[in-house]
Amino acid sequence: MSLAKPAMRGLLGKRLRFHLPIAFALSLVAAAAFKYGVTEPRKQAYADFYKQYDATKEFNNMRDAGVFESVRPTGE
Amino acid sequence: MLHLTTGRVGCLLSKQAVVALTSSGARMSSHGHHEVSDSVDMSQPMYWDRLDTPLPDRPWKDVLDSTDKSLKQKEKGPWTALSKEEKIALYRLKFNHTYPEMKRPSHEWKTVIGGMFIFFGITGLVVFWQGHYVYPPQPHTFGEEWQAKQIQRMLDMRINPIEGFSAQWDYKNKQWK
Repeated sequence: MSLAKPAMRGLLGKRLRFHLPIAFALSLVAAAAFKYGVTEPRKQAYADFYKQYDATKEFNNMRDAGVFESVRPTGE
Repeated sequence: MLHLTTGRVGCLLSKQAVVALTSSGARMSSHGHHEVSDSVDMSQPMYWDRLDTPLPDRPWKDVLDSTDKSLKQKEKGPWTALSKEEKIALYRLKFNHTYPEMKRPSHEWKTVIGGMFIFFGITGLVVFWQGHYVYPPQPHTFGEEWQAKQIQRMLDMRINPIEGFSAQWDYKNKQWK
């Protein structure tokens, strides 16, 4: 009963050669997923919001709801 | 001294017999293994079964009877002359457990999980009693009416109108989107 001699050297190198490319690739995937899943939709949402935004109208709505201390609702 | 006698007996017997004999008299013998020894003389070379340190300071069997001694003599010659059983016997003289025997699974996890759940249960009872007897009355701001007025004020102030709170409210139809 003679077994094959086990690998005595290069164990860390072997592990790194296997795992580092995978780690690198997965990191890139994670970054890309975050960019296109989160940041780009968020930028688009902000752009769309401000395209149709009328600041004066929003101000008057908020004023009439009574949330300001500096101005009272119109007609008081 | 149970270890020495069973080691002596276990030389050429099956492994199960040795394990069965050595696992009695241990603390949690319901776990299935791990003998516990009483005080050890630390000034003498020790034997151990450890996965990370494979070669102990002394062999498992120190006191050899005549058959063991003759086997050890034979070991000094060419090893090709040794039969398979003799090689195994020499191994068992030198070591208590093999690596697979050292790595054998135990039933300890059941005790751990069971104990965990018991303590979760006790904690649950404590928390329930606490909620009933210890907590003061809730602040008035937790009431239904106050919460509704609070939500209306948040919508009036246009809290997070782009992606958050007010973005979910339909201001034209005065309802949630």
